[in-house]
Amino acid sequence: MTLLASLELFDIIFYFFAFVTIVSAAVVVFSRNIVHSAFSLMFTFFGVAALYVMLNADFIAVTQVLVYVGGILVLLLFGVMLTTKVISVEMKTGTLQTLPASILVAVLAGTLCGIFWITDWLTPVARNAELPATTSSGIGRALMTTYLLPFEVASVVLLVAMLGAAMIARRERKR
Amino acid sequence: MLTDFGRILIFLLIGAVFTGGGLVASWLLRPRRPYPDKLSTYECGEEPIGEPWVKFNIRFYVVALIFIVFDVEVVFLFPWALVFKEMGMFAFVEMAVFLGILIVGYAYVWVKGDLDWDKPSPKVSRYVKGVGVVSDESVDVTEQVAV
Amino acid sequence: MDIIEPLVKIVFIFLITLTTVAYLVLVERRVSAFIQNRIGPNRVGPAGLLQPVADIVKLFLKEDIVPKAANKFVHSLAPLISLVVAMTTFAVIPFGNSIHLFGRDIKLMIADVNVGILYILALSSLGVYGITLSGWSSNNKYSLLGGLRSSAQMISYELSMGLSIIGVLMIAGTLRLDKIVESQAQGMWYFWRTPISFITFVIASFAETNRLPFDLPEAEPELVGGYHTEYSGMKFGLFFLAEYANMITASAIIVTLYLGGWQLPFVGHIGLPDLAVSLLQIAAFGVKVGLVLLFFIVIRWTIPRFRYDQLMNIGWKVMLPLALANILITGVALLW
Repeated sequence: MTLLASLELFDIIFYFFAFVTIVSAAVVVFSRNIVHSAFSLMFTFFGVAALYVMLNADFIAVTQVLVYVGGILVLLLFGVMLTTKVISVEMKTGTLQTLPASILVAVLAGTLCGIFWITDWLTPVARNAELPATTSSGIGRALMTTYLLPFEVASVVLLVAMLGAAMIARRERKR
Repeated sequence: MLTDFGRILIFLLIGAVFTGGGLVASWLLRPRRPYPDKLSTYECGEEPIGEPWVKFNIRFYVVALIFIVFDVEVVFLFPWALVFKEMGMFAFVEMAVFLGILIVGYAYVWVKGDLDWDKPSPKVSRYVKGVGVVSDESVDVTEQVAV
Repeated sequence: MDIIEPLVKIVFIFLITLTTVAYLVLVERRVSAFIQNRIGPNRVGPAGLLQPVADIVKLFLKEDIVPKAANKFVHSLAPLISLVVAMTTFAVIPFGNSIHLFGRDIKLMIADVNVGILYILALSSLGVYGITLSGWSSNNKYSLLGGLRSSAQMISYELSMGLSIIGVLMIAGTLRLDKIVESQAQGMWYFWRTPISFITFVIASFAETNRLPFDLPEAEPELVGGYHTEYSGMKFGLFFLAEYANMITASAIIVTLYLGGWQLPFVGHIGLPDLAVSLLQIAAFGVKVGLVLLFFIVIRWTIPRFRYDQLMNIGWKVMLPLALANILITGVALLW
């Protein structure tokens, strides 16, 4: 009870969304039913968006919903819907290539821990500090000045992605 | 800002409770008289033939893929549009380059026909004097792809 | 945090929207009857004014048939998602300037988020889920085809929608909807400052709300009921409500972005008390939304449906280049 009393509303909401994110992410990975996986991925994305909001990153949060939930998950659902049936949705998710996978996971985890360590977290003191009212125009300004080169490179990446998608799909159709 | 998103959360919750409440209320009130025919899948009064999973057009997938690419582009355009006025010519040129590269891809998929949707080609049957109604080709059901 | 004020506003919005939805159905039926030289529903209450009540009671009391082959959970969840998403868009729409009541200024929008427009786009991209999931979970050919078609349609037109908004943003320089409305003072509405953007946005709105001429997801002659073929009772009712709620939000967004929102030219200069001005502005917003809704309805009953390949062609080969060209034109116009 004392623990609960010491928590602010902000913290309670934070832990709620963190919980939702982690649990749904676990369901994505461990569920044997591919439709349930796709479904709970939606909750994961939403949870992450909510966490972005709590970090005062409103633009990123809405973008997260727009691109991941509104775009990428729709694509995944297309894939799922076009391949599996409502009844008999069981799909085996087995384990293969354990060694390369664990190396990759270790590298990824190490990077994440490193970022976790060096980041200035929004402590309750900093939370009350002056924050920009909106991040969107700041992002725009940064894209046009500091990050101009990555911004233009991003368009090349998108171009490659589009061409690749069109190529693969065309080969499928010809067959 | 947080309180504003909090309000959206409250709005969302009230909306969910309200719609869920509607479903529950109707669940309490409505009659339940199921029998097998009623619970079968609807197919214009016939027995359903085969699975609902006919062969789907791959184009649905292609469209979704191209959509994601453009969606990301739109996301880049938003912050750019906000600072366009203060940055002026410079921002305009930068975005022209960005869009130009993407338009190359767009032109490519257009020219290669990835944006063309299959047009229906109806097999028109016609009336021949003395013979009756004939159709030019028999329709091969197995090769039909749903669009 | 003051919780009473937002709660009152939310409940207010809910009541207004739902009443409007109920009566919009009646208006649509009456208008269609007028267009087709019929009378339309006129038996329940005076001039059929209680018809919506009768409809709702009927929907509540109808048996709910879920096909045996359906995925029960998703089948019930899909209409819920549809309606909640349709309603939640309203949280960021300013339906009036701030009003001075009970000794304080009340801002007439529920959530004044900094990324208002993006929020609307993000939510409208979620509208796909209700329809896609209902199509998939029904385990019916028509439903699946309708759901699939509609999701492809909605994502295609969502692009044009997002790109046409850019034109407005370049002029307004903000994502906040209240600021966008404020920048349209004195009749400087965006619909004549960026006409191409206005046209593409309205067309995309029709496609996003699945209204004729874009109602391919439930094209009756080929797909029976489309994604809601296997729905009955209150679940069907929720889809029905969602369609009309979507129409109302789409109209409200069009009004907010292009038709000046609650702005009423010259009303501030004729010396009315502040309260009267505020109320007039709310009324102006309501009237504008009503007119756009009427436009939606009249279009539905006058224009035939597109074929699916035409629909996709318009989306990808007409709307998208137009919206892109609009960005260029707006940029050039702003620079010179």
